[in-house]
Amino acid sequence: MIRLVGILIGLGFTFVVLLAFVTGAYTAATEDVAPTAEYTFYEESHGPEAGYSFDGPFGKWDLAQLQRGYQVYKEVCAACHSLNYVAIRDLEELGYSEAQVKAEAATYMVPGVNPDTGEDELRQALPTDYFPSPYPNAVAAAAANGGKIPPDLSLMVKARHHGSDYMYNLLTGYQEAPAELTQQFPDFTIPAGGYYNPYFASLVIGMPPPLLSDGQVTYADGTDATISQMAQDVSAFLTWTAEPKLIERKSTGWPVLGFLLFATILAWLAKKQIWAAAKPRRED
Amino acid sequence: MSFPWAKEYQPQNGVTKFLDEKLPLPRLVYNAVGAGYPVPRNLSYFWNFGVLAGFFLVVQIITGVVLAMHYAANTQVAFASVEHIMRDVNWGWLMRYTHANGASFFFVVVYIHIFRGLFYASYKPPREMIWLLGVTIFLLMMATAFMGYVLPWGQMSFWGAQVITGLFEAIPLVGPPLKTWLLGGFAPDNAALNRFFSLHFLLPFVIAGCVILHIWALHIPGSSNPTGVEVKSESDTLPFHPYYTAKDGFGLGVALIIFMAFVFFLPNQLGHPDNYIEANPLSTPAHIVPEWYFYPFYAILRAFTFDFILPAKLWGVLAMFSSILVWFFLPWLDKSPVRSGHYRPLFRKFFWFGLIPTMAALFYLGGAPAEEPYVMLSQIFTAYYFLHFLVILPIISSIERPDPLPFSITEAVLGSDKKAVLGENAEPAV
Repeated sequence: MIRLVGILIGLGFTFVVLLAFVTGAYTAATEDVAPTAEYTFYEESHGPEAGYSFDGPFGKWDLAQLQRGYQVYKEVCAACHSLNYVAIRDLEELGYSEAQVKAEAATYMVPGVNPDTGEDELRQALPTDYFPSPYPNAVAAAAANGGKIPPDLSLMVKARHHGSDYMYNLLTGYQEAPAELTQQFPDFTIPAGGYYNPYFASLVIGMPPPLLSDGQVTYADGTDATISQMAQDVSAFLTWTAEPKLIERKSTGWPVLGFLLFATILAWLAKKQIWAAAKPRRED
Repeated sequence: MSFPWAKEYQPQNGVTKFLDEKLPLPRLVYNAVGAGYPVPRNLSYFWNFGVLAGFFLVVQIITGVVLAMHYAANTQVAFASVEHIMRDVNWGWLMRYTHANGASFFFVVVYIHIFRGLFYASYKPPREMIWLLGVTIFLLMMATAFMGYVLPWGQMSFWGAQVITGLFEAIPLVGPPLKTWLLGGFAPDNAALNRFFSLHFLLPFVIAGCVILHIWALHIPGSSNPTGVEVKSESDTLPFHPYYTAKDGFGLGVALIIFMAFVFFLPNQLGHPDNYIEANPLSTPAHIVPEWYFYPFYAILRAFTFDFILPAKLWGVLAMFSSILVWFFLPWLDKSPVRSGHYRPLFRKFFWFGLIPTMAALFYLGGAPAEEPYVMLSQIFTAYYFLHFLVILPIISSIERPDPLPFSITEAVLGSDKKAVLGENAEPAV
């Protein structure tokens, strides 16, 4: 009885799902689904040719690069983007001394309260403060940027496929829309306030190209500030903001795996020895 | 409750003698996973995964309790509290990545455990109750994992919660008020986050309770084995300790190496980048997908696209829940007197060339975007899924002619070599 009911239910579900299949197949056969411009012209991020120092299981931070990247963030990105989850004290991990971080903190103003009057006021930041937002609130951020809030950058590298590679390609990928695109998709237009960038999912990004010319930032360490260099440096910095424990994590992993490998070999030998007693033998 | 030749626990000193009289916990352990539990001597490495599942449950509970000390279940601060764990809590990143990947590995080992049960028909008498408890544990795990994924309050957390609780809306009449009642609001918000946290903390202990029942029920008939022939005599078994503790120890080492490789080197590989964006009810992600371990069932849900009498969405919901509920009925759907797939030629073909490719395909299709040809493929494999369990399995169990079974486990272990004898079978050389 239970099997009869089961067979009927099974055939019922099969019938309904195959009906859906037939109608879907009919639609697919009779209606052409035109490929979209996004589908045809989107480019997968591949990152800078040389890769990053932190790539791979033995990766290390390049502290000079992270410091340069921080400089690009501060002088370029920070005009519009916040860095909410990073504290100024965290800069010590980039190789700055305690005194340097203290001095750096003093270059930022954060919202505070006047201890005498209780009025809101801006005060000098301390290392324990978090990086202040460029806008007083979300409404102001949206109003200043055509209705869209510039996203927080703390976790951007982990929030996108291909992370740091995507960041690099996006920053260097601004270009004129290719002629084939407008030929193939005459309806495709770039709205006012939009910029063509094949590494952005919808091909049109609202952010104006942030890195415009070589030498936009004057690096303290004298590195030649090409657009590609600045893009790599700031991508490396944002990898650190997204995953500050990245290198600590990888370098902890090796001793853990080494220990486990050793313990597992011991466990295998123990297993072999114990089972030797129970293995069938030939009686000769 | 055990075989007559099972070794009897002998308290060795004053303390264990005292305990054995007042609260015989050492005796319980000895009989459950010690020398007092005789186990078929021919178990393959597929029999390691029950112990591994138990191990990952413990990992999840320990890391989860620590994370709960630092996490704050409030929509205003939940996302930031997770970042606090990742950045400021000592070893917080390790706790969180172990917990997040631990969930994935828990599902990996449980899926292997379930499919071992399906191939060797471990669900057949006298082990039906073990199987029913196992399916219950799997359902509880799904609920727990789903609610856990909502807690970081990222974009996939929010929209996943929106989609899954939205399924209840498909139920006629009571659906919409039921959804509102479950969420404590019209959309996932603070009320939902709080109750999900509460339940996410509670359910693992319910799972642990079910695991105890699962093992208790297992110890009545004893473990099954790859031949599917029941234990007949003492020579068919070995004491659990030291034989299977040693084998499980080695298996655990291998599992830990793979697990830790993910935790330390690929911790976000099994997750979705969108969950590093804070939940935003006003911005819908391009592709809403659940965690990978739900993909097969998500593919079945989305395969129903045609309104046949009932709305397509309701068909999808019914099919998705049925696809797991059908496992409850397996002991009565598959009536073949032979258990092990090794001796069932027809069953074996459908298992390896039907069910396994179907599951692999559904795993892939559940994560693919809802467009052609993925939808059509999901429909074909969904059809096979239901045909396999509800039609093919009952029919082949009555038409199939099984291969001859070995007389006993001992005979199967010795093979065709007439001169082979078992090892001493007494004490191992330690």
